[in-house]
Amino acid sequence: MADQATFTDVAMEYMPGLYSAALRMTRNRADAEDLVQETYLKAYRSFGSFTEGTNLRAWLYRILTNTYINSYRAAQRRPETTSDVEDVEDLYLYKRLAGAGGSDPGRSAEDEALDLFTDDDVKAALESLPEAFRIAVLLADVEGFSYKEISEITDVPIGTVMSRIHRGRRALQKTLHDVAEERGLVGSSAPGG
Amino acid sequence: MSTHAGDDNTHAGGGDVRGMHARSDRGHEDGAGPAPVLDAGTLFGASLNCEEAVHELYHYLDGELTEERREEIRIHLDWCGPCGGAADFEAELRRVIANRCRDRVPQGLIDRVAAAIDEESQQHDGGH
Repeated sequence: MADQATFTDVAMEYMPGLYSAALRMTRNRADAEDLVQETYLKAYRSFGSFTEGTNLRAWLYRILTNTYINSYRAAQRRPETTSDVEDVEDLYLYKRLAGAGGSDPGRSAEDEALDLFTDDDVKAALESLPEAFRIAVLLADVEGFSYKEISEITDVPIGTVMSRIHRGRRALQKTLHDVAEERGLVGSSAPGG
Repeated sequence: MSTHAGDDNTHAGGGDVRGMHARSDRGHEDGAGPAPVLDAGTLFGASLNCEEAVHELYHYLDGELTEERREEIRIHLDWCGPCGGAADFEAELRRVIANRCRDRVPQGLIDRVAAAIDEESQQHDGGH
């Protein structure tokens, strides 16, 4: 049983992560701000039911995700056009960036190639994933939650969570590669050719 | 012309990776002495090949394997140059994604949330 008076002391520090996650979910700033505010209000109201000593951060992300799915998804200005990702092979980006050039002998060429992606590139690539995959990859790779935590946050069985994270990551790699190709950062030929 | 069994198709589609797949299972090609068989799986009594290692790479990087399996993969990644390079890249990509997806919270939002909670708490206390 948590004391409501302590809520802001312990919960406000998570706002940067929650706001970034809200931006990736809603894909626009106004909705993201409203979503974060609603999340904090809901969390405050039900803070009495939060068990102290358990994972407050995961609890807040659970409220954020539920609120997004229940309140915002239906009103999205950019509705989902597809609910699945295409199957992309393992190591898609690695195989294509290896040997992509680079001048620093201390770093591999493919690691250097990653520096060419801007913040906006990576955000746009993540936001291009269908919702279920976007949320799974976001919670795993940006927020660092475990499969089990993501399963609890999203109310999705752990096997499905795993599959969404892995397939979502591979699809993300293909999107990033497409960006690199458009810019002429990498050749468009098949890998190793 | 494949003369060594098993591993030739493990990186199918990845010319670079397959082409480099020499460090651990082909031995030395410079002719200096007999080619030692440096297959991690053979050495350590496990039957882990590149395909399996790559397949479980996400579980490995996510820390979602048993201690025993984690060690098997780690040994393979240490011995196999291409797989080790791929693992390093996937880990680096993860860091890049996490670092590039941060947004600064507008001060206005912090103020709004604080005010909304403040208002809520005053209603709850009977408005004083």
